Amino acid sequence: MPQIFHPSTNTISRVSIYGCVVIVAFLSFALYEIGQSPYYTEQNIPQPQPVPFSHRHHAAELGIDCRYCHDTVETSAFAGMPSTQTCMTCHSQIWTNSPMLQPVRDSYETGRSISWTRVNALPEFAYFNHSIHVAKGIGCTTCHGRVGTMTLTWRATTMQMSWCLGCHRQPEKYVRPREQVFNVNYAPPPDQLALGRKLVREYKIQRLTSCDTCHR
Amino acid sequence: MSSEGAPRTAEAGPVIPPLPPGYTYATVSDKISSIVLGQRRRPGWFAGFAFSFLLVLLLFGAISYLLAKGVGIWGINIPVAWGFAITNFVWWIGIGHAGTLISAILLLLHQRWRTSINRFAEAMTIFAVSCAAMFPLLHMGRPWLFYWLFPYYPNYMKVWPQFRSPLVWDVFAVSTYFIVSLLFWYVGMIPDLATLRDRARSKAKQIIYGMMAMGWRGSAIHWSRYEMTSLLLAGLATPLVVSVHTVVSFDFTIAIVPGWHSTIFPPYFVAGAIYSGFAMVLTLAIPLRKFYHLEEFITLRHLDNCAKVMLGTGLIVAYGYVMETFMAFYSGEIFDKYMIMNRMFGPYWSVYAIVILCNVLLPQSLWSRRVRRNIPALFALSLIINLGMWTERFMIVVVSLSRDFTPSAWGFFIPTRWDWAVLVGSIGLFVAMFYLFIRYLPAISIFEMRHELAKEKEGE
Repeated sequence: MPQIFHPSTNTISRVSIYGCVVIVAFLSFALYEIGQSPYYTEQNIPQPQPVPFSHRHHAAELGIDCRYCHDTVETSAFAGMPSTQTCMTCHSQIWTNSPMLQPVRDSYETGRSISWTRVNALPEFAYFNHSIHVAKGIGCTTCHGRVGTMTLTWRATTMQMSWCLGCHRQPEKYVRPREQVFNVNYAPPPDQLALGRKLVREYKIQRLTSCDTCHR
Repeated sequence: MSSEGAPRTAEAGPVIPPLPPGYTYATVSDKISSIVLGQRRRPGWFAGFAFSFLLVLLLFGAISYLLAKGVGIWGINIPVAWGFAITNFVWWIGIGHAGTLISAILLLLHQRWRTSINRFAEAMTIFAVSCAAMFPLLHMGRPWLFYWLFPYYPNYMKVWPQFRSPLVWDVFAVSTYFIVSLLFWYVGMIPDLATLRDRARSKAKQIIYGMMAMGWRGSAIHWSRYEMTSLLLAGLATPLVVSVHTVVSFDFTIAIVPGWHSTIFPPYFVAGAIYSGFAMVLTLAIPLRKFYHLEEFITLRHLDNCAKVMLGTGLIVAYGYVMETFMAFYSGEIFDKYMIMNRMFGPYWSVYAIVILCNVLLPQSLWSRRVRRNIPALFALSLIINLGMWTERFMIVVVSLSRDFTPSAWGFFIPTRWDWAVLVGSIGLFVAMFYLFIRYLPAISIFEMRHELAKEKEGE
């Protein structure tokens, strides 16, 4: 009987078996990396806005409190986006002719809101409430990053579930005194863990990690 | 370089009906491999395959619509959230168990009559488990996230599956079962694939069977490794006969729903699985031996043995029914008592009647040797038991859920046309895969039949 296969088939079969293992391993690694990359999560990518609003200028250089604009952060789930009237409290007096602010003036005249590009968003199946986090000593910059350094705002974290759970499992690593919550230049002290444990007791912070805390 | 030598097994056991005189190694190989390699046109095969493939298309259509619209197209809702999907899952996975029992346990027990039925029974296992595995995925609502069932690491959620849930145990039980069964089936086929490679005329067949045979040359060292591997796989597969359906029964017993929360479930489910599995073996074997003229290989003795296994496991199942009823009244629990009364006389009374008729009353005719050797009667009984076992799973899943503790939360399940489409489509998929199997792979183990012939010639 003639040979069906050339002797080199032995090598090819071995290479293809080990090759499959390598390819599967590489593909899973690549998928994981893509899923975590800024390309997918939008982390660290400044988003263009209709008006190039600078948090660095307003929050850090001028020292305007976060709550001046995000005024429902202490009382509701949504931190609140400022109305055009809020912008115009100052900008009816200063920079009144700046071409950059033309969309704000247009909005003020027509009564149509400025459509900002959303930077931080959670999916609808995850319940999230700003007010409880602020009340328990989680600072704005813990999740939103150093907004005092951002000219155009970007998403500072992946906002994936592992990131949520990182804090829900070990809140003592992130909690800060209540009076520091809105400090955009806050830096955690060297003894953060000791302070954190004390605050967790004092503020009665629970480790809420059951599924239905967020997936209600 | 031929694979025609007899394998070196040394096993003793009850004598099986001998092959008729005149068979040699070559004619045994001819007879079985001609089904695969023969040039004869088989319009019956084509018509059957075409019909079952139409049902597969129906299944694809039903699944596409399901993915587009969601599980709301089925009749499920609260309180009956587990409708046809889970019924079908339990039914299919149970059918697979007979194949594993035949191939693993009967191998270890040296039951030589298994030789001519083990190959297609194992194929039946693979196809049944494939059909079964489809249903929990479709029932999840978002099947594209099925990998959440596995503890894969690293993941973006930093959570493990809930290991205290039997639904997670199910994932491990079923995937282990599928992998071990597939390996066992494939390894057992390698010597036969080499026979097909050696006998194939066309270059394409030589190459395809040659690749599948993985360089098998039938040398002594090949046989010795083969024997060791198949014994090890049989050892691995043996506990699965008991464990898989036990874990499936935990899906129910861990919950507190009356009609589910019962300690008798694991043995009762395993017996039910083997019962329905042997019914399916007969449903497949009887047409197979008739249309491919394999009566000399799959003899009346084989059918008789399968019928005896059905009778035995059927009695265990009947004992389960009796005990469920007895325990409901013996416990004095009002919910358990109500559950049994509701099963027998409630709105689903006809389901219970079908279960008792098909699984308990009619199979008692198998006590008679005349029935066990009457092929049309046996075929009819195998279909009846398949129906009965599907209905039993429907009774456990749906009837228990529809009326539990709070009357204000009671409901009623009515299957929609999409429920039926997926059920009928899965049967079509099973049959279509089986058609492809008998056409392209040896449905009876060639080398093991040669081995039996060798034993006969030695006068054992």
